[in-house]
Amino acid sequence: MMEVLSCGPLVTVQDDGRPGHLSQGLARGGAADTLARLEARALLGEIGAGIEMPGTPLQVALRVPALVALTGAPMRAETDGRRLAWNAVHALPVDSVLDLRPSGRGAYSYLHVEGGFDTVEIMGSRAAHLIAGIGTPLAAGDTLSCAASRGTDRTVEPVRRFGGGVLRVVPTPQTALFPEAERARFEGTIFRRDPRGNRQGVRLAFDGAGFATEGQLNLLSDFILPGDVQMTGDGVPYILGPECQTTGGYPRIGTVIGADLPRALQAMPGDELTFRFVTLDEARAAAHRRPAAAPLVRAPAEVADLGAMQLVSGVVSARMEDE
Amino acid sequence: MTETFPRIEPLGEAALLVRFAPALDDDANRACVAFRAALEADPVPGVAETASSLGSVLVRVEGDPVTVASELRGRLAAEDWARVPPPPRRVWAIPCSYGGADGPQLAEAAGLAGMSIEAAVEALSSARIRVLALGFAPGMPYLGILPEAWDLPRQTGLTPKVPEGALVVAVRQLVLFGTAAPTGWRQVGRTAFGCFRPERTRPIALAPGDEVTFPVVAPDELRARAEADTEGHGGATCEVLR
Repeated sequence: MMEVLSCGPLVTVQDDGRPGHLSQGLARGGAADTLARLEARALLGEIGAGIEMPGTPLQVALRVPALVALTGAPMRAETDGRRLAWNAVHALPVDSVLDLRPSGRGAYSYLHVEGGFDTVEIMGSRAAHLIAGIGTPLAAGDTLSCAASRGTDRTVEPVRRFGGGVLRVVPTPQTALFPEAERARFEGTIFRRDPRGNRQGVRLAFDGAGFATEGQLNLLSDFILPGDVQMTGDGVPYILGPECQTTGGYPRIGTVIGADLPRALQAMPGDELTFRFVTLDEARAAAHRRPAAAPLVRAPAEVADLGAMQLVSGVVSARMEDE
Repeated sequence: MTETFPRIEPLGEAALLVRFAPALDDDANRACVAFRAALEADPVPGVAETASSLGSVLVRVEGDPVTVASELRGRLAAEDWARVPPPPRRVWAIPCSYGGADGPQLAEAAGLAGMSIEAAVEALSSARIRVLALGFAPGMPYLGILPEAWDLPRQTGLTPKVPEGALVVAVRQLVLFGTAAPTGWRQVGRTAFGCFRPERTRPIALAPGDEVTFPVVAPDELRARAEADTEGHGGATCEVLR
């Protein structure tokens, strides 16, 4: 069992979501950063449901010894005064208090335990889907059931996806409604992740006129999926997230490929994002495979370095600077 | 650019979209429901999920999309899907309180439709319409297609908030709100129907292809019947048609 001692807003239990309900208007939902789940699987094997922190702190106490994996947006992780490496699994003894604080690098962080948290399952998933009214955010005093687990500390090399970058997109059935010059301008524009964004979608800011389709179109509402780049009425793009609506009437200029959607959703306000059209074959070939985990070695130098970095707010690990 | 229908196009890397029409059309929607039902009854290998919307069927693929697309083309050509008898469906009677505080824009909507308030209530409460698609919020239905008179434009401004259960009208359709939300459609009535109750055995009550009427009840009767309905269907009744 794990107990929440304190908790920032909108920390939720997430898994791979509940597929199969698109016809009923319910999006799949689930963890925003699917790569963080892949990395947690590499560290733990069976991960069930974990905890997602959207740039908000969490302090928990373990009431059983547990293997705890930390992946996604790097946080400052400490247990009883000891600094813990991110992108790693740690064997923590019973009654450990784990303190996680956002570093400002990346939007979504994850905590998983071996076997997952045994919370209430609704329609085949434990994932909170707050927009749909499923589940509630975690709060101080909540307890999450989990099995005791033991093992060795291990680490995984994370896929580079923080700080923005290039997002590969494939065409949608509406892409051709945008004139060629607009599509070219879309690929040539440097967008910035706007502060307005959540699990439903992320707004992008940019300089210049809105992106318009040809003529006054009144599109029949049709299916939309996470990754779709939807142009609202004023031609401002939104990248849709795991809790997006299932249908919509705005045209989509492209769809961010699955391999790059974590990069899109992990972008922080102000991070620069650009788009590049690729073929479906390229998109499918880009799918990430589960990485390999390696033993976690704590070199004395590394420990000293970590100690020094606690004095500097916002810096987490020297290794992440080139991402 | 001319497009022919039905057509199959990729939707992202892992889905195909079968579009039956570019605009709202009753035949096309019936074809969507029937084609999807056929895919569910006799699944295509490599297909993970299917869903129908106003004018399209989504086919989520876990296998080889080229093989799936080719199989879909064969099945599309095998029938006139708009003429296939509808699959088993539910017929719902959802009590609705029209006008007053429960339907603040009934008079305005009736005026735009060119009828008296009484005639508008008679028309809306007797219309047997179909669930064309579910969307916006989980389980929230788009219903139609209403007669031509109800081809009302959306409001230029938004109503800041209609309550859950609101029955709103525009563009020859009714929408029953599954959640409190802003809308550009006009609220003519109110039901106590819970489109989505995660704790219910059948959390999402309606399915595309279901048929629905909204019989008139008085405001206090609506609330009394809702109170007595432990399933959260707001006093609605339904039977299965095969």
